[in-house]
Amino acid sequence: MPRVEFKDYYKVMGVARDATEAQIKQAYRKLARKYHPDVSKEPDAEARFKEVGEAYEVLRSPEKRAAYDRLGSGPRPGEDFRPPPDWGSGFEFSGAGPGAGESSADYSDFFEALFGRAAGGRAGRPGFETGRGEDHHAKVLLDLEATLTGGARSFTLRVPEIDAEGRIVAKERVLNVQVPKGILPGQTIRLAGQGAQPHGEGKAGDLYIEVEFQPHPLFRIDGRDLYLELPVTPWEAALGATVKTPTPTGTLVELKIPAGSHAGSKLRLRGRGIPSSPPGDFYVVLQIALPPATDEKAKAAYRAFANTVPFNPRANLGV
Amino acid sequence: MTSFDEYLPGEIFEEGAALSVADLARMFAVGEQHIVELVEEGVITVFEIETREWRFRGADIRRARIALRLERDLGINLPGVALALELLEELEQLRRERGSRS
Repeated sequence: MPRVEFKDYYKVMGVARDATEAQIKQAYRKLARKYHPDVSKEPDAEARFKEVGEAYEVLRSPEKRAAYDRLGSGPRPGEDFRPPPDWGSGFEFSGAGPGAGESSADYSDFFEALFGRAAGGRAGRPGFETGRGEDHHAKVLLDLEATLTGGARSFTLRVPEIDAEGRIVAKERVLNVQVPKGILPGQTIRLAGQGAQPHGEGKAGDLYIEVEFQPHPLFRIDGRDLYLELPVTPWEAALGATVKTPTPTGTLVELKIPAGSHAGSKLRLRGRGIPSSPPGDFYVVLQIALPPATDEKAKAAYRAFANTVPFNPRANLGV
Repeated sequence: MTSFDEYLPGEIFEEGAALSVADLARMFAVGEQHIVELVEEGVITVFEIETREWRFRGADIRRARIALRLERDLGINLPGVALALELLEELEQLRRERGSRS
C-alpha cells in the first residue's frame, strides 16, 4: 500500500465530527455552490470543488463514513497515512459519486487507498449500450496565440479507464492536437474516435475538449474581440499622435491617435481580433498617463499649464 | 492506444454541428426526455425546425452542458438552473462592461 496523505473530510466540509446527515448535506450544497467551476471565479475553484465532492462522497454514505470514522482522527492532516491491515473487509459501498468535476476518476490518493476507484466511479449509464464507446469530456486552458494562428499543442488529460479487475483508473494521456484557428472561449474541440473504446464491437466514442483561455498579460478577450489598454500622455491625446502599439499577432503597428481623444476613447482595428468567421475586432482603449511632478521643472510646467489653460473638470458636478 | 507523434486535427465542434436531441443526449449521457425538458424550460432553444427534427448548435450546446452540470452537481431543479444561467450570463455581461471601462 503506498504512503498517502491523510485527509480530514470533516475539516474540508467545515462540519463537526458528529454532524448530522442534514448538516453535512447543507454544508456540501453551500460549498458546492461557492466553488462550482461554472459559477465561481475563485482561482482554485476546480480543485476545491473536487475536494469538497470527495469529502461529501465519503460523509454522505453511512457505510463509508463509518469506515472513515473507524480511522479515528488519524495522523494529523498532511502526515502519511496507511490504511489498517484489515481495511476494506466487511464494508460494501454503493451509490454513484456526486459527479464532482469532469472526471469520476479524479479522487485523491487517500480516497483511492480507502475505497478504490470503482467505489466512486459512475456506474455505466443504462440506455447507452449502443455498441459505441462512451464520449469523453475534458477541459483545457489555451494560450491566446493558439486561436490567433492555430497550431499544434500538447494536452495532458487524465482519462478514466477500466482496468482488468473492472476498476476505474485514471491514465495520463498526452494528446497532440492541431488547435483550430479562431476557436473562442467556451467552444469545444471535437476529436472523433478519441473517446472510450467500445465494450464489444463498434466505434470508439468521441472526445470533446472544452476550451478556456489563460489570461493574457496585454490583451483581454471579449467574445471574438480583443482589447488592449494603451497609456498615452495628455498631449498625445489632446493634440493627436502616432504611437507604437503591440497587436495580438505580435507585430507592432503605428497607431494614429486622433486629436481630442480622452481617457476611455476606443480605437478599433477592424478584423484584427480572433480570426473567427466573421473575424473579431481589436480595440485599443486609451488611458491617460500623467507625468509625475517630482522635480522642480515638471512642477513649474504644471503650474504654467494651469495658468494658461483654465479648466474645471468638475463643472458638471455643480462645483 | 495513443500514438505520441501525430497531431490530431481538431475541429470547432460548435461551428459545424447541428445536433439532434439524440446527439445531445448521447454527448452528455442523459436521456432524450431530459434534453426535451431543457427546451421546454427555455434553457436551450431550437435552432431549426424546418426539418421537423429539432436541431441545436453553438451557444445552446454550451448552455446545455453548463445546465446539466449545475443540475447534477448542485441538485438544482430545471427552473432553478434556468434562473442561474440567466443570472450568470448577466453577471458575465456586467463583468465585461466593467472590464472595458477600467
